[in-house]
Amino acid sequence: MNDILVWFQNPGLTHVLLISAALFMLGTYAILTRRNAIMVLMGIELVLNAAGLNFVAFGRYAVGTFDGQVITLFIIVLAAAEAAIALAIVLNIYQNFHTVNVDEINRLKD
Amino acid sequence: MVESVLQNLTYFVPETALVVTFCAVLLADVIFKGRPRIPWTIGLLGLIVAGVTAFQQTGLNRPVFDLMIVVDPFAVFFKVIVAATAILIYLMSLWSDEVKASARRMGEYAALLVSATLGMFLMAGATNLLMIVLALELTGLSSYVLSGYTKEASDSSEASLKYILFGAVSTGIMLYGISLLYGLTGATDLIGIRLALEGQAMTHTPMLLISSIMILAGFGYKISAVPFHFWTPDVYEGAPITVTAFLSVASKAAGFALMIRFLVSTATPSLGVDVMAVVQTFEWPKLIAIMSVLTMTLGNIVAIWQNNLKRLLAYSSIAHAGTMLMAVTVFSQNGVAAVLIYFVVYLFMNLGAFYLVMLVAGATGSEDIDSYKGLGHRAPLVGVSLVIFLISLTGLPPTAGFIGKLYVFSALLDAQWIWLAIVGALNSVISLYYYVRVIRNMYLRDPDSAPAPVVLTGAQTVLLMVFLVPTLVLGVYFAPLVDWAHASVALFGIR
Repeated sequence: MNDILVWFQNPGLTHVLLISAALFMLGTYAILTRRNAIMVLMGIELVLNAAGLNFVAFGRYAVGTFDGQVITLFIIVLAAAEAAIALAIVLNIYQNFHTVNVDEINRLKD
Repeated sequence: MVESVLQNLTYFVPETALVVTFCAVLLADVIFKGRPRIPWTIGLLGLIVAGVTAFQQTGLNRPVFDLMIVVDPFAVFFKVIVAATAILIYLMSLWSDEVKASARRMGEYAALLVSATLGMFLMAGATNLLMIVLALELTGLSSYVLSGYTKEASDSSEASLKYILFGAVSTGIMLYGISLLYGLTGATDLIGIRLALEGQAMTHTPMLLISSIMILAGFGYKISAVPFHFWTPDVYEGAPITVTAFLSVASKAAGFALMIRFLVSTATPSLGVDVMAVVQTFEWPKLIAIMSVLTMTLGNIVAIWQNNLKRLLAYSSIAHAGTMLMAVTVFSQNGVAAVLIYFVVYLFMNLGAFYLVMLVAGATGSEDIDSYKGLGHRAPLVGVSLVIFLISLTGLPPTAGFIGKLYVFSALLDAQWIWLAIVGALNSVISLYYYVRVIRNMYLRDPDSAPAPVVLTGAQTVLLMVFLVPTLVLGVYFAPLVDWAHASVALFGIR
């Protein structure tokens, strides 16, 4: 019991990695189960943020240079650009299909 | 600091030209509203300048901007391929009904083509994890919008939605893999990663395996290798056909360039290190061999059932990616050179086929395979050219496609991958079936109703010859191409 308390009181690389792994799993879960295109995009954001968190954590605890933090800054910008374009495309989809359910947007198939 | 930036910029001329062109096209689009020809022309000029300056870099071999990117013969080769594709697509678009339907936004189309080309140029030379991600994303974001260019058409917008969802997911997964690799090695440039992998002797770390597979998923998505190919048929069918042709050649070329550079830089050991130990860390060759077999077989078998020629060519392009992956499996100079040779050949024959499908669709209003019935008698030039392109795509002599396949298979046999070569040959036989189905429709079937005539203008015929002549000439006179390809991989660090 005491060990667990000590573990929680001394946050380190493992803690952050666990959080980012959890974020990644949640994001993947959202991508796979959500049918609303916006929800899928939110899942993608979670995955990107998990990667960003990893970069910061590794940069801080394992590597000791600022490369990781810099890459995270780029990932944030990249996620914003991707979200902007994705939302524009979803808006366009809504105008054409009157739905954003990815299962119903399926006119192209074998 | 300033001097070093300026000095590096002299090796960054093609990319700078593209950046300037991109801004100029956007500005011209706003200034000359209602006259889309002006930004259009600026874009074309910029692409030509970028292509020529990229070609002038032949022979250079040096890192630029602190190992962010590198200018070496390998990168130059792919830059030339991408630039040539972009210019040809640009010209093709002049006769594309889909592009004309949104003529007011032609400036945007030009700007996006230029920015996608810029992303692919960077992909060809990227040697840093951050640069790899940014280049992939620049290419991706431009192509997502391009594939939804005819936004009033629901097919096109569906294609762009599917593209961005798959693209963003695979970027996310790849980024996560890259972050793990960064944590394991502490380096962001590819050479540093290799040195760290060699030095730490951490073979078979589960984390390394996971991160490798995640990164491979990102590359696999870009080159549409099975099992990361699900977006390809839908996007290729829904997008405007010029964009489809662009994605199927240029985007794939850049993806292959990045993937080969990544694998070779990180998994090929430097002198004095046990060769197999490092390569086996990743087990890349086996993994890629399996991927290539799946990719070829699925692409070819599903193509048999397609009735839309655009979708058929989409599956055929998946199969071609599989063929090129076979050559990557070998991990040798011959193998990589075979990929380069194949890409030049593939550029002409695949763009040619897409070009004819576009012209026929413009005349008959249909991409359906039934609308090709009797086409060979109605339009002899179109018919004969399409037959040549399809035969070349199958890989039969005396066309260029045969040369491409020949070098892939000889690289495989040199490296004792006999079973893989046999699977590849069997796949060529399968592909013959669906290509010949189109030829049969053109020559041996009568049209159902009175068909629309397919007439080419003079300029259209000239562009057709640009595709047709190399497809035939490279089939018999290919020595310069082979020399160029071998020279492009000679300094690349593989034996």
